[in-house]
Amino acid sequence: MSNTNTTVAKQEKDLRDALIPAVDVIEDASGITLYADLPGVAKERLSLQVEADVLTIEGEMDLGLPEGMSAIHAEVDAPRYRRAFTLSRELDSEKVSAELTQGVLKLRIPKKDHAQPRRIAIEVN
Amino acid sequence: MVYRAVFPRDVFNELNRLQREFWQSLDTNPNIRGSGRGGFPPINVGSSERAVDIYVFAPGLDPATIDVQIEKGVLTISGERNIVVPNNEQATTHIAERFTGRFRRVVSLPDDIDPSAVSAKYRDGLLHIGVARREAAQPRRIAVQ
Repeated sequence: MSNTNTTVAKQEKDLRDALIPAVDVIEDASGITLYADLPGVAKERLSLQVEADVLTIEGEMDLGLPEGMSAIHAEVDAPRYRRAFTLSRELDSEKVSAELTQGVLKLRIPKKDHAQPRRIAIEVN
Repeated sequence: MVYRAVFPRDVFNELNRLQREFWQSLDTNPNIRGSGRGGFPPINVGSSERAVDIYVFAPGLDPATIDVQIEKGVLTISGERNIVVPNNEQATTHIAERFTGRFRRVVSLPDDIDPSAVSAKYRDGLLHIGVARREAAQPRRIAVQ
């Protein structure tokens, strides 16, 4: 019981200490492309998860702060990013592909085959 | 920044404005160049005995296009970030939050910095500018005889 409590407390703390990254979401006929700004996050510290229909993006920053440094001005005041999105049913969460270049994450979530647009021929008798 | 509501009586815009006014009222002596908070790119500044470290959170840039200058103790970081929007009839933009366009941010540095000892590194979308302090200004232990 106490164990669950600590986990919940830890999650709440993580949520409070996390920044919400800016994103762009663009949909086209075959799927959705998501771009997220995650400056300071190296590939190894990025975690992407799809659980049930929730996609979670989490990243830890590696600032490499020198010793004895004190912050005199901070606009970025948390060392991690976190943001979650609810996916819709026609998206194929098993085929998500991700690329991280210079702090920008590009996620491609394709639509399931049956959800791809189709032109329906109308038969006229 | 001029506040203009897209739709009158938009609750979220009103909250946004209230929040901005609230922060402005707290900052009774704002910096002459504005607080800069909320602008692109966000900046953190750290200070140590040997150097002043500036961290600029500017992802997705080509390092060659970032312009970093020091003049009269003022550090200026400027550049341009272009986000290519697919020019496709089928594409719909659902969320567009990422910054696009030209940017410029200014940081005034302490007096004891050495403008000739500046380093700038860009990694994972984070620009780190290190400005060393002058030797003479660094703390020294004086031996008592």
